[in-house]
Amino acid sequence: MTIRNEKIRLPFFLEYYRRMGVQHFLVVDNGSDDGGPEYLAEQLDVSIWSTNASYKSSRFGMDWLNWLLHSYGSGHWCLTVDPDEFLVYPHLDSRPLKALTDWLDASAIRSFSAMLLDMYPKGPIAAQPYSEGQDPFQIANWFDPANYTIRKNGAYGNLWIQGGPRCRAFFRDNPDQGPALNKIPLVRWERHYAYLSSTHMLLPRSLNVVYDEDGGEKASGCLLHAKFLSTFATKSAEELERRQHYSDSQEYMAYHAGLQEAQDFWCEASRRYEDWHQLENLGLISKGNWA
Amino acid sequence: MNAMPDPSRTSPRMEVRLGVVMLCHNELPRAARLAQVWAAGGVSVVIHLDAKVPAEEVATMRADLAGHENIVFSRRHRCEWGTFSLVQATQDASALLLDRFEDVTHVMVVSGACLPLRPVADLVAFLASHPKRDFIESVTAADVGWTVGGLNEERFTLRFPFAYRRHRKLFDRYVDFQRRWKIKRRIPDGLVPHLGSQWWCLTRPTLRAILSDRRRPEYDRYFRRVWIPDESYFQTLARRHSNQIESRSLTLAKFDGQGKPYIFYNDHRQLLEDSRCFVARKIWPQATALYAHFPRPLAGEPSAAEPQPERVDRMISQAVLRRKLGRPGLYMQSRFPQKDRENGKTSGSYAVLQGFTDLFPDFEEWLSERLDADVHGHVMSTHGVEFAGRTGIGPGGLCDSAAMRDLDPRGFIANLIRMSQRPQVMQLSPRDDQSLNWFMATDPNAQIFVIKGAWAVPLLHSGMPFDDIRRVAAILQRTELEQMEIFSSVWLKARTRIWDLGDFCARPAGALRGVLRELGGEPEAAANLPQMRELAGMGRFLQRLRNAGLQPQLMGDFPAADTMPSKENT
Repeated sequence: MTIRNEKIRLPFFLEYYRRMGVQHFLVVDNGSDDGGPEYLAEQLDVSIWSTNASYKSSRFGMDWLNWLLHSYGSGHWCLTVDPDEFLVYPHLDSRPLKALTDWLDASAIRSFSAMLLDMYPKGPIAAQPYSEGQDPFQIANWFDPANYTIRKNGAYGNLWIQGGPRCRAFFRDNPDQGPALNKIPLVRWERHYAYLSSTHMLLPRSLNVVYDEDGGEKASGCLLHAKFLSTFATKSAEELERRQHYSDSQEYMAYHAGLQEAQDFWCEASRRYEDWHQLENLGLISKGNWA
Repeated sequence: MNAMPDPSRTSPRMEVRLGVVMLCHNELPRAARLAQVWAAGGVSVVIHLDAKVPAEEVATMRADLAGHENIVFSRRHRCEWGTFSLVQATQDASALLLDRFEDVTHVMVVSGACLPLRPVADLVAFLASHPKRDFIESVTAADVGWTVGGLNEERFTLRFPFAYRRHRKLFDRYVDFQRRWKIKRRIPDGLVPHLGSQWWCLTRPTLRAILSDRRRPEYDRYFRRVWIPDESYFQTLARRHSNQIESRSLTLAKFDGQGKPYIFYNDHRQLLEDSRCFVARKIWPQATALYAHFPRPLAGEPSAAEPQPERVDRMISQAVLRRKLGRPGLYMQSRFPQKDRENGKTSGSYAVLQGFTDLFPDFEEWLSERLDADVHGHVMSTHGVEFAGRTGIGPGGLCDSAAMRDLDPRGFIANLIRMSQRPQVMQLSPRDDQSLNWFMATDPNAQIFVIKGAWAVPLLHSGMPFDDIRRVAAILQRTELEQMEIFSSVWLKARTRIWDLGDFCARPAGALRGVLRELGGEPEAAANLPQMRELAGMGRFLQRLRNAGLQPQLMGDFPAADTMPSKENT
């Protein structure tokens, strides 16, 4: 993952993935000045690289991450996530990540889909302050159950998934500008693989075919997105200032406009997050034949 | 350990001595522990170690098991999945077992990833209650339904010189080549190909007869070129030498629909215990809770009770179904069916009504009072989605924005139906977006009711300049004609009811009664008709369209001499 001033998120992040069985963390620090890199350097299972180069001209950090994957990832199951993304997969409560990757290996599956699920609190997102080490989903524990649009990208074979709270709040008239939610974060890496645009799609293209086209369901998970916390207001102001994000931070401009009035994503149709069973029943993730 | 006579039965029992052939290729420490479990139960064990296992691991295992007199190792073969080497390993190991342990009466094949669930004494007691039976799944190749890849009988009649897993392309091309040129191998006389699980349990006489068959060199030569012979060698030959085949495996070993063995984890503990199966595979090597829990210790007398794997079977067949067919009406990141391959376009029934709101301005309200359903407005309207109650956000968090809906209309409608508890009723019009017409027409969950030409009624009252009316009417008529083509195509799966405006208006109460009945409402509730728009002047209006060169084709009959709308006459 790539970080920039995310120290407040790191303790919970590391704990979450360690408990899942992740053995090593590879982190690129892009000029943090909040003590995050120092904190990570103390951890035995974290390797950290530092750069002050432009996030934007490294294709939003992807060049850095591709290089790390290329250098160290081959032959390993690699999970590429942001510090605010938390993987949920079927049987998460009873089976470690290794059980999943062993099963994927046995099934000759090389990539695992986990769409981004935006989580938000009920009420203005700044109302409940987030503190370091806290489970962000104690605060941001609501999500949109079924308003995701899916289209197939003919060029690379991946699905474009859009929708969710950000789309209905900020992009209702130009939804194709809304953020992409499709992600393929877990890949059994080989040297000739590469992420194309964030973790939305990969080369070779066959890695993007994480879905069944004959009606069946393949196994899939979710990345719970803990972006919309009290920390977000300052973050979005900072990112807007830096203009280092996708499409000249258009997304952040939209958020910032909305957030001025203490954005509340909650609506009648929102669901409170329970566990992976709930996501499976809603059809956001699937066990496939991994029962 | 001896098979204890079951006090509940009086018939004398033959004494059963079980021997186990254990095939191992990895996870040797685990396998060593299981060998000890078998040995402790009084079972003689012959272990076959794949020749690919590194020497130091083999040495460790041999050292671990050195103290056990009833555990021996057989000659090692280099085993490759799907090839005869696995049969050879089994042959050698079982011959050794029969020779070395002369009191063994039954031989069972297990792997290093097979976990005994019940006490070994239970299995012995079970065998003792059917002492002459050979438990080997054995189904004629012609009738097998489970194989993946379509190779059943062809396993026996084609040649397979290329490894399936390493040279998949060559394998497939050579199969195609043989099919095209109709090249076939001869099956040895007297053999009827049978397939089944390689985890069998045979009696000494049957196994001995198979191993010392006069024609064994001929059979071995033949099976060397059969695909996956470990699933057919003993299964076929047992048919020659056994006279009491019980065609089932005592090992719970299921496949996941993709040709891979199903794997069990810690969370399956209760399920496995309830299954009362003797042995289960495969167990995830790190499922420590299962390895700690099983086999269950013997409590009291050994039980010869039958296994009851039905619940496990059901769970696995559901998982297979989920992978193969998926949930109807679900479109998501890992299920994105192509058109007409959906296995259910939508998840529940819904109704689409066209023309009713044109004729009855308060129709939605009228209908929702009479049905246990969510009655929406024009969900496909180009201005935006008209959810029931005109909420900005509908079921599932769907947005009323037309732009969002139009990114993925199929997903929109499927989500709307899937996320609602009650049946969904929605209005349609030629004025709306038409992109879902084929989808709905080919969906058996859809009920479509159309009053053709009703779109003319609002035009009649619109007060727009006639030139504009004519232009709009032409567009709407063209659209509705295209719709009618779809709604009457040979691919139609929806139930449809179509009136023309003239017919409908002749007896609206009867037609509405029919609609209510079909939507599960009370037909008598149609007694209070909703307020209907004035139709006086429709005949004259249609004649004006005709005079302007537009032939109305959908409305049915209205007399041309009819007057103008009554309002304008006054």
